[in-house]
Amino acid sequence: MTDIKIKITDRDGVLHEIDAPTDMNMNLMEIVRSYELAPEGTIGICGGMAMCASCQCYVTSNHDLPEMGEEEEAMLSEAFNVKDNSRLGCQLHISEDMNGLEVVLAPEEG
Amino acid sequence: MITTDILIIGAGPTGLFAVFEAGLLQLKCHLIDALPQAGGQCSEIYPKKPIYDIPGFPEVLAGDLVDNLMEQIKPFQPGFTLGERAQTIEKLEDGSFIVTTNKGTKHHAPIVAIAGGLGSFEPRKPLLENLAKFEDNGVAYIIKDPEVYRNKKVVIAGGGDSALDWSIFLADVAAEVTLVHRRNEFRGALDSVEKVQKLKDEGKINLSTPSEIVGLNGTDVLESVSIRKNDVEELITLEVDNFIPLFGLSPKLGPIGDWGLEIEKNAIKVDNTLDYQTNIPGVYAIGDVNTYPGKLKLILCGFHEATLMCQSAYQRIYPDKKYVMKYTTVGGVTGFDGSKKEAPKAVVKAIE
Repeated sequence: MTDIKIKITDRDGVLHEIDAPTDMNMNLMEIVRSYELAPEGTIGICGGMAMCASCQCYVTSNHDLPEMGEEEEAMLSEAFNVKDNSRLGCQLHISEDMNGLEVVLAPEEG
Repeated sequence: MITTDILIIGAGPTGLFAVFEAGLLQLKCHLIDALPQAGGQCSEIYPKKPIYDIPGFPEVLAGDLVDNLMEQIKPFQPGFTLGERAQTIEKLEDGSFIVTTNKGTKHHAPIVAIAGGLGSFEPRKPLLENLAKFEDNGVAYIIKDPEVYRNKKVVIAGGGDSALDWSIFLADVAAEVTLVHRRNEFRGALDSVEKVQKLKDEGKINLSTPSEIVGLNGTDVLESVSIRKNDVEELITLEVDNFIPLFGLSPKLGPIGDWGLEIEKNAIKVDNTLDYQTNIPGVYAIGDVNTYPGKLKLILCGFHEATLMCQSAYQRIYPDKKYVMKYTTVGGVTGFDGSKKEAPKAVVKAIE
């Protein structure tokens, strides 16, 4: 079992340094849910299909993340509070390259 | 007043299957859903996506699953109140309930089964100052009557199917249609994208991409919108009568949250040791909308919950009757429409 460290700032501004497994086929949205860093029903609403933007986060560290797929790009083009460093957590598959990743959860949409 | 045995709130897969299980017990169902069509998330969010964990279906498209469920429950003639959101619940002295929708439609039933999934789908609203002020004064999120836009100057925002389809439709109705989207690429049926391209080339639709509406202006009613085009500092002011943001829908638990039900983690707590009843006797919650220790939000779990809920509902409605579960293979399926499905009889014949 290999774990990596990720720093996640929740919607209330609280920083959590958590361990994320790389061998459980998880994505960042699921990590946030497993640690309950955002209330159920406010994150991962579509289940991880890049069809809502409830898992939007801002990547604040300089990691070389996998490029956005078309679905993620299309969804983010319609999401709110989008910044240049926005990503959908559900499209970020946890891998060893992400060790030390720092993200901030985007605010919940109205 | 619509009367029924089980009033189901939410016409997603769980709510639809509840109609079948209730039908086997000769109980009638009526469903309320905020969306204009049945199927819930399966129809609204991912109709063309496959599901792999429906027992007996190695792979089924969400939209096809809904079609199959509709076919399966057809003999039990469910009623539907679609495009309306369940708003209030009132308990009568005899223990039955009246549920009223946001449009005032009243439903009376001894049993209420909430199969509301993630909640009712509400339009996603752009984050614009004074947006609320112009709601119904030029801003609308849903097009109910296209005639409202006849000979008007309309601006539509969004990059999906509904933004494309309404731009195409209103091009013939409105005086002027402008479609604003943050990117040059649209996510929609190829056919719709091509049609918008054609209408744009003919000058019937003005396309503003990549750009974004950043301001709404007007004293009492909407008079113009401010558009920011990418990489251009100065804002463009576009005179319009109507602004229709079409950014899709997102689910909200909504008014059900105020019904006095015990809520935990945005879901309704139920008794999973017995029948998925809530803290209000006679009100059940099944499928993604409920929670209990070990809850999994899976369609297949919703089916099971719906089945046990119906048994309990039957006992509430007929406390004195004894019911023995019968396999459909044995008892067949007798619809309220007079139809009867049953297993063919085995041939009994001697071999000489």
